Amino acid sequence: MMSRYRRRRLVNHLFLWLSMSAVAVGLSFLAWILVTVLLKGWPSLSMELFRADTPGPGMTTGGLRNAMVGSLMMNLLAIALASPVGLLAGTYLAEYGRYTRLADGVRFMNDVLLSSPSIIIGLFVYEFAVAPFGGFSGWAGAIALAIIVVPVVLQTTETMIRLVPDTLREACAAMGAPRYVMIIKIGYRAAMNGVITGILLGFARISGETAPLLFTALGNQYWSIDLSQPMPNLPVVIFNFANSSFENWQTLAWAGALVITMVVLLLSITARFLTATSKREL
Amino acid sequence: MNTREAAALGELKKASVASRNITDQVFELVTLACAALVLAVLGAILLSLIMGSWQTLAKHGVGFLFHNEWDPINGNFGALAPIYGTLVTSVIAIVIGVPLSFGIAMFITELSPRILSRPLMVAIELLAGIPSIIYGMWGLFVFAPLFGQHVQPLLHDTLGRLPGIGLLFQGPPMGVGMLTAGLILALMITPFISAVMCEVFDVVPKALKESAYAVGATTWEVMVRIVVPQTKLGLVGGIMLGLGRALGETMAVTLVIGNAFLISPSLFSPGNTISSVLANEFAEADDDLYTSSLMALGLVLFLIAVVVLVAARLLLWRLRRKAAG
Repeated sequence: MMSRYRRRRLVNHLFLWLSMSAVAVGLSFLAWILVTVLLKGWPSLSMELFRADTPGPGMTTGGLRNAMVGSLMMNLLAIALASPVGLLAGTYLAEYGRYTRLADGVRFMNDVLLSSPSIIIGLFVYEFAVAPFGGFSGWAGAIALAIIVVPVVLQTTETMIRLVPDTLREACAAMGAPRYVMIIKIGYRAAMNGVITGILLGFARISGETAPLLFTALGNQYWSIDLSQPMPNLPVVIFNFANSSFENWQTLAWAGALVITMVVLLLSITARFLTATSKREL
Repeated sequence: MNTREAAALGELKKASVASRNITDQVFELVTLACAALVLAVLGAILLSLIMGSWQTLAKHGVGFLFHNEWDPINGNFGALAPIYGTLVTSVIAIVIGVPLSFGIAMFITELSPRILSRPLMVAIELLAGIPSIIYGMWGLFVFAPLFGQHVQPLLHDTLGRLPGIGLLFQGPPMGVGMLTAGLILALMITPFISAVMCEVFDVVPKALKESAYAVGATTWEVMVRIVVPQTKLGLVGGIMLGLGRALGETMAVTLVIGNAFLISPSLFSPGNTISSVLANEFAEADDDLYTSSLMALGLVLFLIAVVVLVAARLLLWRLRRKAAG
């Protein structure tokens, strides 16, 4: 019979080993996915990709220009719509309404909105911005993306503003400054990096969002920068091309996947770096 | 306080309100409106889904949930197959993803040297940041073929022979299907769950752990007897948060689940989920009843997801409040 100590040690070793394998599994899948995207997307990264529009069926050449421009336009518009709202709402939670019930409710529901299924947001925007206006449009796509960005910006803004020590606020108030001056001069100055972080993270998040665009912006095979028309965009092109049986479409889908992955990784790493530096400063 | 004092105080309050800078009042109102907008959006989502699905709900009633038929041509719609697929894939994701996340969180908080835990957290964040569609492409073109060729036949010949659970592993190995979708979901929710678990494990007072180590407990014993009982609420919260993600995950699942209205005990068989049906069919739905049925599917998904997410957040909030004292 095994001694009690030996058994305890064995069990301990077994679980430590399992824990390490869990990490190994996680990391290897991350590496596997990244390497796949890199290997499959790299060969088709060329100037052609940025110069030509998406090919129709049977065409052998083509790029992703229209999709990239469309995505960029909708993403920027979504950020422009969402960041003021997120910033101001975050301000309310961190300053005026810090201890109010409403703030608690908003904080809670914001967390829920942050992780609720993005395809539902697509359905919602379809109901109020596509169906009543007679068709899919870039505007609808941008609104859907904006709804996804708001909770991200709100959360980072609130966190960063709350890092500002209350003594600074009191010093400002003691000098007779109204609250909004205090918020702008003290809160926003300190939280600037946080807000930018939130915006970058929000941009990263929506760069790959496909589900909410499927029935808002829809997609467009041709060059179009008219926001009131169906708008070409990268994620939906990737989805359609990946699902197709044309080989050159699939190749383009991989190139698009690489572009999106690089954008997302770059933005998240920058955002991380910014948070780290601004936390150190405060 | 006598009445005169109260009146004086009232006067004072009024005076201070009146003297408050008008810009400040406007600014406060604007920020308040923006904060309230978040609540309004959630309310509007619920309302618009209910309105959008009214036609179907009026026609089929609650039967919509338990009816297994999806026939756009004759206008018969039942949500059973997608609901079944959503639940099955999410359960697979949880069953695989939770132990995996627990192992990762345990490594980061208890085992890894400090220099290693930061980069590991970054790696987890990266895994969380990869868009769903990328997981889907990798799943469809790389993972599913390998899985169908090598792993599924193996499962079929081993677990498939067992009585009872053997039913889950029968049928032709096609690569795509419910099991593949569930596995990819597991991979996708692991970073979220393990991030929450790391955060939650940090709440455990150091003194408690150190005293356990001092009386000779092993790392594993500290985990199971001290850390887990202390953080039960948070762990369940983290798992439910992951579940909420898994339920609504769309693109990756749509690409690898095989998209068939099918309820089969075999996990190898193709299926669909609420979100994959929406992704595939919504833009093409041409009549009102069809659109309305898809909206009803969306309503079902939204309600399930919100209930799960609200429960998750409540648990995490309670833990945080407990930790704060």
